[in-house]
Amino acid sequence: MSVFIIRRLLQSAAVIVLMSLIVFFGVNVIGNPVDILINPEFDQEEMERAIKALGLDLPPWQQYFVFVENAFKGDLGKSFVFGTPALQLIVQRMPATLELAFAALFMSIIFGIPLGVWAGLRPDSAVGKTIMGGSILGFSLPTFWVGIMMIMIFAVMLGWLPSTGRGETTELFGIEVSFLTADGLAHILMPAINLGLLKLSLVIRLSRAGTREAALQDYVKFARAKGLSQQRVVMVHILKNILIPVVTVLGLEFGNLIAFSVVTETVFAWPGMGKLVIDSIQLLDRPIVVAYLLIVVFMFITINLVVDVLYSVLDPRVRLQDVKA
Amino acid sequence: MTAPSESMRLASMESAAEAETPLRRFVSDFCESKVAIAAMLVFAAIAFVACFAPLISPQNPYDLAEIDILDGRLPPGAQSMTGLRFVLGTDDQGRDMLSAIFYGLRTSLAVGAMSGFVALCIGMSIGLATAYFGGRVDTIIMRIVDLQLSFPAILVALILLAVLGKGVDKIIIALVIVQWAYYARTVRASALVERRKEYIEAAACLALSHWRIVFRHMLPNVLPPLIVVGTVQVAHAIALEATLSFLGVGLPVTEPSLGLLIANGFDYMMTGKYWISFFPGVALLITIVSINLVGDQLRDTLNPRLQR
Repeated sequence: MSVFIIRRLLQSAAVIVLMSLIVFFGVNVIGNPVDILINPEFDQEEMERAIKALGLDLPPWQQYFVFVENAFKGDLGKSFVFGTPALQLIVQRMPATLELAFAALFMSIIFGIPLGVWAGLRPDSAVGKTIMGGSILGFSLPTFWVGIMMIMIFAVMLGWLPSTGRGETTELFGIEVSFLTADGLAHILMPAINLGLLKLSLVIRLSRAGTREAALQDYVKFARAKGLSQQRVVMVHILKNILIPVVTVLGLEFGNLIAFSVVTETVFAWPGMGKLVIDSIQLLDRPIVVAYLLIVVFMFITINLVVDVLYSVLDPRVRLQDVKA
Repeated sequence: MTAPSESMRLASMESAAEAETPLRRFVSDFCESKVAIAAMLVFAAIAFVACFAPLISPQNPYDLAEIDILDGRLPPGAQSMTGLRFVLGTDDQGRDMLSAIFYGLRTSLAVGAMSGFVALCIGMSIGLATAYFGGRVDTIIMRIVDLQLSFPAILVALILLAVLGKGVDKIIIALVIVQWAYYARTVRASALVERRKEYIEAAACLALSHWRIVFRHMLPNVLPPLIVVGTVQVAHAIALEATLSFLGVGLPVTEPSLGLLIANGFDYMMTGKYWISFFPGVALLITIVSINLVGDQLRDTLNPRLQR
C-alpha cells in the first residue's frame, strides 16, 4: 500500500517538475519583455539597470534555477505589470474563481439530478426525449457563445441581471464572497449557469443512465411490491444509488470547471484568476502566466493523486495491476 | 402514382440481390436516420460555402477598397451607400457580416480539418505501432497519453499557446498536440483486439513486413472507431479554436475565424447591436451541431454490436 502511494507521489512530483520546465522555458521564449516593459526612452545605462532588476540578464537555465529556488520559498516571481508578487495576485483572485466553480457545480447538481431522474423514469416520453436532446445541445454549444447570448437576453434586452463583475461582496471567514448578498447573487447567477452547463449535461446523462439501470433492479421492484409510494421509491431507493457515480465523476470534473472558468470569467468580466491569466498572456506578463499554469497543474495533479489513492484503498485490484505493470 | 414506387421497390430489390458491398450497406444504414441526412446536407452546404467563399460572398470583407467605414454597424437588412444590401448587417468597420461569416467559416473549417487530419495521422500511427510492438515504448507512450488526457483540453491548449504565441500555424500545432492522444488511445484499444486475431497471425506467418501487416491488414480493421472519433474531434477542434480566438490567444486579427468575429461583436453587445456577434455564433453552432449529428449516426452505423 505505502509502496503504491510513494510511487504515485514520485510520479506526481516528476510531472510537476516536467511541467514547470515546459511552462517556464516555453513562456520565456515568447516575446521579449524588455521591449514591452522598459521605457524605450531610457538610455543604455538605465536600460541595463532595469533588466538587472527584473533578473532578465541571466541565461535562461539560471533564471530557471532562481525560479525553482524561489518557488520553494513560495515566491513565484513578481508581476512585470503590477509589480507585486505573482503568487499573491493569484491567491487574491482564487476565491472568486472557486466561488464561481462551486456555484456552477451546485447548479449542475440541483438541476441535473432531477432532470436526469425524470428522463430516466420515462425514457420514451416526449419530456424525457426533450431533456436528452437538450443535454446533447449542452455538449455541443460553445461555452463562450452561450455566455454572450445570456448577456444579450437577460442583461441587454430584458435588463433583469447585471452582466459584469461580482457585485457587492461580504466577508465570510476573511474571504470575500458574493453569494451572501442579493446583489452578489444576481451577479453570480448567469456566470454559474454558464460554467455549469457542460456539467449539467453530464449530470443529466449520468443520472438518467443510473436511474434506468436502478429502476430494473430487484430492490426497486421489491420496494414497489411492498406498496411504497412512487415518491419514496424514487427519492430513497433510486436516488441514493445513483448518487455514488454522479458524485465521483463530479469530484473528478471539479478541476475541469476551474480550467473552463477562464472562458466564463472573460465573458462576464468575473474578477477571478482565469481572467487574470488571459489578460497576462496578452500583456506578456510572464511570471503570472507561469505561476497560474503551475498552480492549476498542481491542483490537477493533487486531485488525480487523491482520487487514485482513494481508489486503491477502496479497490485492491487497482494497486495489484499497477505492481504487475 | 404507383408506377414510380413500384420501380423503386424493384430497384431496391435488385440492389439487394446484387452483392451487398460494405459501402452500400453502410450508406443505406446511414440514411436510415432523417436527422443524419439533414445534418449531412447542412454540413455539405457549409463546406461548400467555406470552399467558395470568395466567389459567393457579396463583397470581399478584407479588401479595404470594397468596404466603407461609414457603413459601420448597420442593422440587418440595411443598404449601403453603393446600394449593396447587408442581409445580416455590418460590423464596426462597415464589413458585410454575411461575407465576413463566409470567410470566417473558411478559416475555422480549415483550421479544424487540418489539425484534425494531422492529429489523426500522428495518433493513428503511434496507436498502431504501440499496439503492434508493445513493450516499454508502449508503456511510456500510454503514460504520456494518460497524463495528457487527465488535463482538460482547454488547459493544455492554453499552456501551449502561452508557450507558442499567436498564429495560424501555432494554433494548428496546439490543436494537434491536444488531439493526438484521443486518436492514439482509440486506435490502440481496437488494434490490441485485432492483433490477437488469426489473420494477423496468418500475415505474420507469411513473413510479411511489419509495415505491411500494420498498414494493410490492421489499419482497415481499426478504421471504423477512428472515423467516429475523427468527426467528433473535428467538431471539438472547431469549438476549441473559436474559444481560444475569442479569448484572444488563438488566431491573429489578420485571420478572422468565427471566434474572432464573435469576440469583435461582443464589445457592441451592450449597446444592443446584437447582430455582429449573434450571426457568427449561429454559424459556428450550426457547424458544430451538424458535425456532431453526423458523428452520432456514424457511431450507430459503424458499431458492429448494433449491426442488424
